[in-house]
Amino acid sequence: MNCNIESRRRSRLYPVIAGVGAGFLSLLFASGSLCAAETAQVAVDTGTTAWMLTSTALVLLMVPGLAMFYGGLVRTKNVLGTMMHSFAAMGIIGVLWVVLGYSMAFGKNVFGGWCGWNPDYFFLKGIDTVITSAGIPEYVFAMFQGKFAIITPALIAGAFAERVSFRGYCLYIALWSIFVYNPLCHWVWAEGGWIFNLGASGAIDFAGGTVVHISAGISGLVAALYLGSRRDYPSTAMHPNNLVMTLMGAGLLWVGWFGFNAGSAVSSGLATAQALTATQVAAAAGATAWLIIEAIHLGKATTLGIVSGILAGLVVITPAAGVVKPAGAIALGMSASLVCYLGLFIKEKLGYDDSLDAFGIHGVAGIFGALALVLFIRQGWWQEAASAAGGHWSLLQQFVVQFKAVAATIVYSVVVSGLIVIVVEKTVGFRMKESAEKSGMDHTLHGEHGYGLINLN
Amino acid sequence: MQLITAIIQPDKLDDVREELVAAGITRITTSRVTGHGQHQDHLDSERLYRGQKVMPNLIPKVRIDIACNDEFVDIAIDAILRSAKHGEGRIGDGKIFVTDIKRCIRIRTEESGCEAI
Repeated sequence: MNCNIESRRRSRLYPVIAGVGAGFLSLLFASGSLCAAETAQVAVDTGTTAWMLTSTALVLLMVPGLAMFYGGLVRTKNVLGTMMHSFAAMGIIGVLWVVLGYSMAFGKNVFGGWCGWNPDYFFLKGIDTVITSAGIPEYVFAMFQGKFAIITPALIAGAFAERVSFRGYCLYIALWSIFVYNPLCHWVWAEGGWIFNLGASGAIDFAGGTVVHISAGISGLVAALYLGSRRDYPSTAMHPNNLVMTLMGAGLLWVGWFGFNAGSAVSSGLATAQALTATQVAAAAGATAWLIIEAIHLGKATTLGIVSGILAGLVVITPAAGVVKPAGAIALGMSASLVCYLGLFIKEKLGYDDSLDAFGIHGVAGIFGALALVLFIRQGWWQEAASAAGGHWSLLQQFVVQFKAVAATIVYSVVVSGLIVIVVEKTVGFRMKESAEKSGMDHTLHGEHGYGLINLN
Repeated sequence: MQLITAIIQPDKLDDVREELVAAGITRITTSRVTGHGQHQDHLDSERLYRGQKVMPNLIPKVRIDIACNDEFVDIAIDAILRSAKHGEGRIGDGKIFVTDIKRCIRIRTEESGCEAI
């Protein structure tokens, strides 16, 4: 998950260590003490480990942040059902990741590189005492990556908010995590992944532009198109029930994103500082740009507008945080707001119901960022890439690499997530019944209501 | 001129509102209310809190107020009766009260009486 060359080199070493563990692996139930003896030589880098532990917690904080962000945007009768989508991902994917997700994503190539597998990672049973070459316990890396696996399917839920059954959603995210997220994560971030090894220095996806945002945005769009609009959309107004909660959620997302991006350096040093700065600057630029656009276009700046701009800026910088300088981050953040703002009008024209703009923000800004970042890459990266390519590496060559990574992500997400939506709808049922949709998710699916305080009981 | 006050189950609000609109009754006021009814063994008011089934002592309902001219009263009542029932003999679907209106004034134009409704 690291695009800067230094940490790429470092991370190239860690399969060696994992490989030593894998020696034991043939014995599926190799005892932990043997592994300990083999791997205890690598010292723990306490500084890096402390930051990665913090980052892991910060990325988890984004999930309740997302629950608040999405929860505030839906109608009162669906507030709990919508927040439940994020929390259910924390539970379901949190388990699946340990059982097989980490292995599928970061194991050695199997099935011709479609995904990875390493029996040592099955239930994480062989990494109890492993320290990676980055100097952090492998548990920390596995848990950090697990948080990305959790938030990605939770992002998709914004596209089909207010109209899916809970059991359908649970099956969908489980299947999506296994068949879409894990393979994509393997392609882009694992040692043997084909996108990781494209071109001179790999496709640049620092913290998940393709793996997280494009895949979630595109899968959301596919699901929204297949499941259809909410009842009476767009003729009936569907107002956010609590923008205050949405604003607080957006604030938590911004804070958590420092872990998401700066943690993706898997170090605690220069690369971390570069990523953190780019993240902060892009989010601020996105927010400012959206305010200006709304002030000019509508005559009023809105709170939902500024949080949309913050998110657009954060999403666009996600693939680029390791390679752009602050001026580039401002340019990316501001143009992302403009592109997303225009995209929302296209959505209105086409009439599909991407309810909370999972595609409109994450998909659009993710695609834009993964492609446009080539314009702003810092000099040092080009030099490293040129020497890796044997003398010369041009902007156009890197753009082609980025384009291949984006196109592969889009095509794969459309096909596989489309199949998953159909399977879920035909088996347990994905779309809620009309009467249930009228009554609301909270009453029908969960037997609770969100705002008891408003009533006198 | 009469005032129809309907107390209904919250999950039926969309159904009732859409049925009223379909019947040509578009001027309504709604509010969240809580109250007591004959709800002691009414399954639908049960709430789940951490697996415990809890029977609230005051249960949430939605109140709809419709002021209309006499010829629309039965239309409105029929629309509510068609749409607010849960069926299967379950209690708690609510009540409809009809009262006379002495005066009605539209603030903007200061019209009064039937035209102001």
